[in-house]
Amino acid sequence: MTPLNRKLYRDLWRLRGQVLAIALVIASGIAVLAMSLTSMEALTETAVAYYERYRFGDVFASVERAPEYLADRVRRLPGVQAVDTRVVKSAVLDMDGFQEPVIGLLVTVPERAPPALNQLALRNGRVPRLGYPDEAVLSEPFAEAHNLTLGGTFRAVLNGNWRELTVVGIALSPEYVYTIGPGALMPDDKRFGIVWLGQEAMQAAFDLKGAFNTISVSLLRGTDPDLVIARLDEMLGRYGGIGAYARKDQISNWFLMNEIRQLESLAAILPTVFLVVAAFLTNMVLARLIAMERSEIGLLKAFGYRDRDIAWHYVKFVAGIAGVGIVIGWVAGYYFGLLNTRLYADFYRFPFLLFDPGPRAFLIAAGASLLAALAGTLGAVRAGVRIPPAEAMRPPLPPEFRRTLVGRSRLFRALDQPTRILLRQIGRYPVRSAFTALGTGMAVAVLVSSLQWLDSINHLVDVYFRQAQGQDITVGFANTRSSEVTRELARLPGVRTAEPMRVVPAKMRFGPREEREALQGLPADQELSHVHDAAGRYLHLPPDGLVISTQLAEMLQVRPGDSITVEVLEGRRPTLEVPVAATFETYIGSPAYMDIRALNRLMRERESVNSVHLRLDANQQARFYRELKLVPQVSAVTLKQAAVDTFYETLAQTLLIFIGFFVVFACTLAFGVTYNSARIALSERGRELATLRVLGFTRREISYILLGEVGLLTFIALPMGCVLGYGLGALLLSAFKTELYRIPMALQLDTLGKAVLIILAATSFSALLVRRRLDTLDLIAVLKTRE
Amino acid sequence: MPASPTLRTRDLTKVYQTGEVQVHALRGVSLELYPADLVVLLGPSGSGKSTLLNILGGLDNASGGEVWFRDQQLTGLDDRGLTQYRRANVGFVFQFYNLIPSLTALENVALVTEIAERPMPPEEALEIVGLGPRLNHFPAQLSGGEQQRVAIARAIAKRPGILLCDEPTGALDSKTGILVLEAIERIHTELGTTTVLITHNAVIAEMTDRVLVMGDGRILEERRNSQRRPASELHW
Repeated sequence: MTPLNRKLYRDLWRLRGQVLAIALVIASGIAVLAMSLTSMEALTETAVAYYERYRFGDVFASVERAPEYLADRVRRLPGVQAVDTRVVKSAVLDMDGFQEPVIGLLVTVPERAPPALNQLALRNGRVPRLGYPDEAVLSEPFAEAHNLTLGGTFRAVLNGNWRELTVVGIALSPEYVYTIGPGALMPDDKRFGIVWLGQEAMQAAFDLKGAFNTISVSLLRGTDPDLVIARLDEMLGRYGGIGAYARKDQISNWFLMNEIRQLESLAAILPTVFLVVAAFLTNMVLARLIAMERSEIGLLKAFGYRDRDIAWHYVKFVAGIAGVGIVIGWVAGYYFGLLNTRLYADFYRFPFLLFDPGPRAFLIAAGASLLAALAGTLGAVRAGVRIPPAEAMRPPLPPEFRRTLVGRSRLFRALDQPTRILLRQIGRYPVRSAFTALGTGMAVAVLVSSLQWLDSINHLVDVYFRQAQGQDITVGFANTRSSEVTRELARLPGVRTAEPMRVVPAKMRFGPREEREALQGLPADQELSHVHDAAGRYLHLPPDGLVISTQLAEMLQVRPGDSITVEVLEGRRPTLEVPVAATFETYIGSPAYMDIRALNRLMRERESVNSVHLRLDANQQARFYRELKLVPQVSAVTLKQAAVDTFYETLAQTLLIFIGFFVVFACTLAFGVTYNSARIALSERGRELATLRVLGFTRREISYILLGEVGLLTFIALPMGCVLGYGLGALLLSAFKTELYRIPMALQLDTLGKAVLIILAATSFSALLVRRRLDTLDLIAVLKTRE
Repeated sequence: MPASPTLRTRDLTKVYQTGEVQVHALRGVSLELYPADLVVLLGPSGSGKSTLLNILGGLDNASGGEVWFRDQQLTGLDDRGLTQYRRANVGFVFQFYNLIPSLTALENVALVTEIAERPMPPEEALEIVGLGPRLNHFPAQLSGGEQQRVAIARAIAKRPGILLCDEPTGALDSKTGILVLEAIERIHTELGTTTVLITHNAVIAEMTDRVLVMGDGRILEERRNSQRRPASELHW
């Protein structure tokens, strides 16, 4: 080993506290980056493999009823590779030990051979046999939620008849990686599940012999799905088709892909913060090291070492720090990635998980952090190398201080000398002080931007569920019913108020833009389910015209006063020009509302409904549920409280773990910045502090001078960090914005307080570590040496 | 001669353990310093004079023997006690001045007067060392001799019981060094502070009443000058 390299190792070891503090900041950045990239990779690879192995369709369409022979015509369409037809129906289920009605999505699976598309990943058991119409396969999360195993039984209403079904298989399907019930925001495996029944048995039960109501199509490589969708819509319209859609709009896949995109945003935003701070810290430490080694540099140059040898030496020092960070970050990133992917796998159900991250994610993370560290220290290295040897061997001139206007002010003169020392120190190195404050501010910001999710979610739940939804339960029907059904439900025990709703699938067009969106009809003044805006105001629905969400208005680029073309995909399928009366802001979805009477008029139908909102008497719930299970044609039941509970439960599983990670990362950041600042201050001013000790200052008094500077900068950093955190939070929220969700910024004061306290704890801890070093100041050396 | 000494030591020893080697820095030093004494400790490097000064100044503890400041025993005091002793009673002047670069001359002196019990105004201390007009200059704007005079002003502004000067002219040329010695002399005359000067420059010994010559951890010789020479007449 060359002597310079030996010096390098010893320097790294001597400065190990600071090296480690910086390495941890780098490691945090790398861990976030590697975690996001490896989870993305794992989710993508798993989804691709799963879709391929179990032949997930490329285009999907629903109809009311179409003859089986239509499938052959679809198969002959150009670009079509395979076609599969099925019957899919919703049904009320009655599960043992579960009072509330459960909704099952009944899906057929052929008894004789595996389906051409959307095959089941059987986890246990088998598919139903021909001639055994009561055999069923359950989706795994649903079976787990109800503790059902092979041989277990449950009851279901099949076309108006109660039937007892026996579980013969447990399965997963690429179609239902994310199983979300109608009207729900989060999967609720207790109240919604997939039930596969034998094809012939189900066709018989629903009078659909030789017919189907759902078709899936796979495409030849390179086929544009839009072309096939257009042909399908033409063919299926007369069979009650409500519009074919591509895989990207398939609900389960949409959620999964959205998750992957969000990971991408995470990978881009947060690691940048950590790597920038790490670059600054490395620069700070290196600049100090070079200042202390001036005479060594001069000596080396006098011996004939070239500038580039010396530059290379310090570059290796930076690389050494980054290297430690990279190794820690790799290990942490791998495990966080694995943990994160497993969390996702719990949420998105896959039969297998491909977590085998390639080197790419790790190399990207390492490369980015190394580059950041080197870029940050370029200036220090260059300044160090440029010193001419003769000058380098003389001690540096003492730092020059000048009296400024502030220094002459009466206020300043009222301060004691130790306070003047620390203020002048900050004023002497304004850039470094600003960066130190900024670094701690960044830690606060990371924390605020992580913790604020909880505020946002609370606000979202408050507005979406508590303010807007006056109902306790919503009952949906498979087909449009006469408005008489509202009165029928109102007569059930425990019902206090019932309010009708009519939802119609439609395509809305304005100019070249087209969106599929359900048109929702509600009473002009709603008692239960309110049309409300983000500010919590209730909206009156005008007798004519649409009230649409700003999100939909944006997607269609319409303004109030414009008329949009509404192509209804149900009943007589009228196409209408409807004016937009008003727009309003929402957090979830892109809804369009209309007065229910106006909607029925446009549909040229009598008073009809397909959903009813109900408010219940809590004491009579059990009786109500018993009776509700007997109401025919119920296809959806949404309980508000259950929806709120699952919303929070799901978040607790995922979001809280994330926030936990980020609390640790933010503390690392705060620790790294404070520790390095204080250590460098100590190194620069150790002699000064020791002098003060000799002059009779106590340890507490010199601690004030050393740590007061860090403390003051932290004090400046806290409010700055809160502001930065607001910005970073808004950036993250906007990166996570989708057409379905717009999570609002709703930062609460106590969240800022929590962030500030956590960062104060982290900075105090690092300050204390440095404080302990003051006890070992060598007072005697001070008398003898000149710096 | 007043009855009670300001500082006295008895059989002072100091042993440093460096690795496996024991270094006997002091091997039994007994001395008494009286109010208004101006004493020079003379000796080559390694003679033990710095170790003795450190112990007298409350920077270090002796391995054996006793040190008394007036009627307070210093041996056995903990860090807090020694800090209190330095704060109240000791004025230090260092070879390399050790001024705080971020404070002006006046502020460097005020640094000490702020924590002292009955200090003189910082301006007065600077006046004594002849730096009245340069109060508001930072150390980097002062010459070496001026910096050392600020350091002396800082040391005496608290009216210390004892002034310890460790090679105060070591980093200065002879002309500037003499200016510094004149300041020390003037303070000694005006305030009557017990003053100990460490030096290896034998010429400086001529300006004092007593000279203690140290070697090998002991006081080898104590001399009394029948007549002090004014600092202004010294040259080297």
